[in-house]
Amino acid sequence: MSGIDSQGGLGADGTAAPEAADLTAAKVDIVPPEIVAGSLSQYFHAWWARVRGGDAGVLPVVIALVAVTVIFTAVSPNHVFLTPANLVNLFDQSAVFMVLAIGEGFVLLLGEIDLSIGYVAAIGGIVTGQLVQPSWNWPWPIAIAGGILAGAVIGWLQGTIITRLRMPAFIVTLAGYLIWFGVMIQILGTAGSVGVSSSVLGNQQALYGIVYSYIDPAISWVGLAVIVVLLGGMMWLRDAGRRRRGLVASPIGLTVAKIAFIAVAGVAVVAICNINRGVMLPVIGVPWVVPLVLAVLAVWTILLERSQFGRHMYAVGGNPEAARRAGINVALVRTMAFVLCAGTSGLAGIIYLSQQGAMNTNINGGQLVLYAVAAAVIGGTSLSGGRGRVIHGVLGGLVIGAIYNGLYLLGLEIQWQLVITGLVLLAAVSVDALSRQSSGVRV
Amino acid sequence: MDVMSQASPDQTAHPGGTGVGASPGEEPLLRLRGISKHFGAVQALYGVDLDLPKGQVTALCGDNGAGKSVLTKSIAGIHQVDEGEIWWEGRRVHIRNPKDSAALGIETVYQDLALADNLDIVQNMFLGRERLQRGLLDEDSMERAAKETLASLRVTTVRSIRQPVATLSGGQRQAVAVAKAVMWNSKLVMLDEPTAALGVAQTRMVLDLILRLKDHGLAVMVISHNLNDVFEVADRIAVLRLGRMVAQDSISAFDRQSVVDYMTTGVSSRAVKGPSADGGRN
Repeated sequence: MSGIDSQGGLGADGTAAPEAADLTAAKVDIVPPEIVAGSLSQYFHAWWARVRGGDAGVLPVVIALVAVTVIFTAVSPNHVFLTPANLVNLFDQSAVFMVLAIGEGFVLLLGEIDLSIGYVAAIGGIVTGQLVQPSWNWPWPIAIAGGILAGAVIGWLQGTIITRLRMPAFIVTLAGYLIWFGVMIQILGTAGSVGVSSSVLGNQQALYGIVYSYIDPAISWVGLAVIVVLLGGMMWLRDAGRRRRGLVASPIGLTVAKIAFIAVAGVAVVAICNINRGVMLPVIGVPWVVPLVLAVLAVWTILLERSQFGRHMYAVGGNPEAARRAGINVALVRTMAFVLCAGTSGLAGIIYLSQQGAMNTNINGGQLVLYAVAAAVIGGTSLSGGRGRVIHGVLGGLVIGAIYNGLYLLGLEIQWQLVITGLVLLAAVSVDALSRQSSGVRV
Repeated sequence: MDVMSQASPDQTAHPGGTGVGASPGEEPLLRLRGISKHFGAVQALYGVDLDLPKGQVTALCGDNGAGKSVLTKSIAGIHQVDEGEIWWEGRRVHIRNPKDSAALGIETVYQDLALADNLDIVQNMFLGRERLQRGLLDEDSMERAAKETLASLRVTTVRSIRQPVATLSGGQRQAVAVAKAVMWNSKLVMLDEPTAALGVAQTRMVLDLILRLKDHGLAVMVISHNLNDVFEVADRIAVLRLGRMVAQDSISAFDRQSVVDYMTTGVSSRAVKGPSADGGRN
């Protein structure tokens, strides 16, 4: 592997540089494995060292997914948890948590929190639903844009109050939680709802179809192949190019392993969705919500990790003072985080609208927020800011969706669902606290 | 010895004239005249004059609360001055924000380092000035430039320039902060307590780095409490006391005791060599 020598970049190899008495030792003494490892086995050694050092990475997600799957498969009636019908249902349910968690991730990245997103999602769903009612009957893409925009405007309002008036996000968004809850009831009427389950209005059918229409199996396999080839090819070319130019890159084995993982996960999802899950009539295919979530993941990942604005978000989350001194408009970045969070939540509300066939006052916005925070944190986003990726929301959302789905299958009463939700949130936050404790300042 | 006896704030300067302590005839890179700054009722700077010539290290000394940080932050554009003139390469300029300062070629290495722990070395060095390619970050070109800069300063102790700054030692962080400052073809680098809290070897490394900046022809201003460091690297010394510039001259005009006298009382009875040849505004 020719790139190994250039991994360090600067010729240091542990023997160089007598690191004599330095009173300010590093805050974290474990370097990320992917940038110093020369091969896959070195990578796993370094990775394991980091896990023992307290930074668990995606390990909690993997453990949680395995545990949840084993437990619910064992205890669910007729072991229904792992049936294709239930797994597709699980993807649909998880989609709302995933997109909400992705949204919440933007503000968590800055060390803030947004407690209002459950009811902001409701408002987004209501706006989209209203726009496709017979009296309006706007084209569904515009209706979707309207719901996202409604969320974004709310986020801009709340974000502006938080950053310009220097008020704590916790309080401002708690107020937002109540306000948008109230606004929702006012719009819908105490027992009212806005539905999209019409069988004659094409725009309502389109929105309902986000969750309940399916991609033709042949097309879904072709689509998967295209995604894997494009994504894998890009990852391969990028890493190979960096290795060739002597820049820091992950070992070839890791690149291959990542691409293989994406391919296997994709094949698994498409295969499960393409098994007939109908009871009387055949029901086959990947729900459109799956590529929708992937699109959200792709667009927001590019924004966060490949754009200048995303880099500035990480900087503000890590050290706002450093960001300010680097000439970054910190107030704008913070406001935009709330806009992105609430706008993404609006989209989550549209998925919820599709999944339920209607938006009604039963939506539990409080529970949705807690699930979203728990999902982001389980996925690996830090509550203290500066660390988090869009994929964390997707992975954490899958865990939360699996728990939600499993509890539903067990037919537990509401009080036990509440207790278990609380425990899951607590567990998620302890994972975050533990990883911060052990990677904290070394004395 | 040029003692500006508690220079009064209203004393106007003559920008065209000989610089304070600079070689005659040569315009200093940065020339401050009559800089005043207050925060509410607290007056932090009273009519401060300061010259920072190219290729020289100027040490800014003073006790806690003397106004060193305020003066530095005013030059860096973090604070705006209330009164006074700033001349850059013989031209009158206004520095209203950090971008103005950076545009002139002024870089500051702050005491708290101003690095984001969660970002890696390359990301920190380009923070706020990322290179873009087709609208997205150009990581390859940034990484190469960062690597070259670190190599030119002979910063060789980091394992990978892609490691997060949180994983660096204090000396390495300081080195990254300095490298960040020089990468921008800057002309003036200001370092705020660069060796505070560093061990012996790390301090040596940072002092060598400062001398290398000077060799590259940059004007360097070092704020330091540590007179050992000052006398090791500085060519000139400027002493602030309670917001006033009480002494400013080449290093040969001072010894340790006289610097301490200026810092604590504002005057010194010790004349080391008498007025230096190039000093003096009167």
